[in-house]
Amino acid sequence: MINSKYFFQGFKSIKGLDSPALALGASFIAIGALLKNIGFNLGQSIFSTFLTYALPGSLVMAESFLIGASLINIFLAVWLVNIRLYPMTVSLMPLLLHKSQPRWKYYLSCHFIAVSAWLIMKSNYQSIEKKHRIDFWIGIGTGTWSVAIVSTIIGFLASDYLNKDMMIGLAIVNPVYFTCMMVGAMKSLQISLSIILGAILGPAFFFISPEWSILYGGVSAGTIAYFVGEFK
Amino acid sequence: MSDISNNIILVILVTSFATYLSRFLGVVSSEKIKDTSKIFKWFNCIAYSVLAALIARMVVFPAGELAESAIFIRLFVVVVSVVMFLFTKRNLVYPTVASAIMLAILNNYLSI
Repeated sequence: MINSKYFFQGFKSIKGLDSPALALGASFIAIGALLKNIGFNLGQSIFSTFLTYALPGSLVMAESFLIGASLINIFLAVWLVNIRLYPMTVSLMPLLLHKSQPRWKYYLSCHFIAVSAWLIMKSNYQSIEKKHRIDFWIGIGTGTWSVAIVSTIIGFLASDYLNKDMMIGLAIVNPVYFTCMMVGAMKSLQISLSIILGAILGPAFFFISPEWSILYGGVSAGTIAYFVGEFK
Repeated sequence: MSDISNNIILVILVTSFATYLSRFLGVVSSEKIKDTSKIFKWFNCIAYSVLAALIARMVVFPAGELAESAIFIRLFVVVVSVVMFLFTKRNLVYPTVASAIMLAILNNYLSI
């Protein structure tokens, strides 16, 4: 059903020097501690990472829960912050689609789409035959997802021992890891321009609309970069 | 107590549904998009830009704990970490570990 050779090749991406395990671990330890502080129990915290597995979404959920927002408002806030997952999925799945593979693999494994797994897949897919890419992807996804769940547990249990300095230190690891991965991904003019313009326009749109800034900034930056790359 | 606990479960379910929705719709759209098409290329640019925008916002306008550090310290830590990444043959462990230590130290010495 799932080719174990490719699955484990993907799963092993959480080891090694370019492993996302450290960054992912740091941020989900922080999430585990945060969920405990807002009153979740251990089971609920695990359940949350297990089902959501997207960092900004979990942060928004925690904030909204704390101020007692309604379920509709929580839905809208989370949907808006995680809408980036849509272009991420559309720019990944066509690379993995293969006639011989059953559809359920795609609909189930899209749950693993999150920045870390996505960036690893994007930088490695060319070395895998198209037919086996989905199994490789399921391996990466299972690996990174497991790290997130285990780290949530660690964070929950260790929350009493984490002081403010440690929490601030943990919080910077994630953006630093992603910035380095993005710099590493700048291999063509189009992608480099997408990344640089996105990093400028995202915060710039924050002054106009904090909620929509990532979407506005991202779509305008990506569109400019696309046209510059196409018609250069 | 059971009311709060039921409420937490509902909050988690709503959050995960709102998150899965974008992933699910992405797969539905992917069925009709070829990886060699122009629209795929466009979505690829947007995906990278949206991520860059998200990461830049985490650094410039952070939520939570990070907001308690000064912006120039955060930008300094990110720049030093990227330089470290480039000079260590793209090793990701050194810059990430160093960034946490740098920020914790700088935040203590420079913010008082």
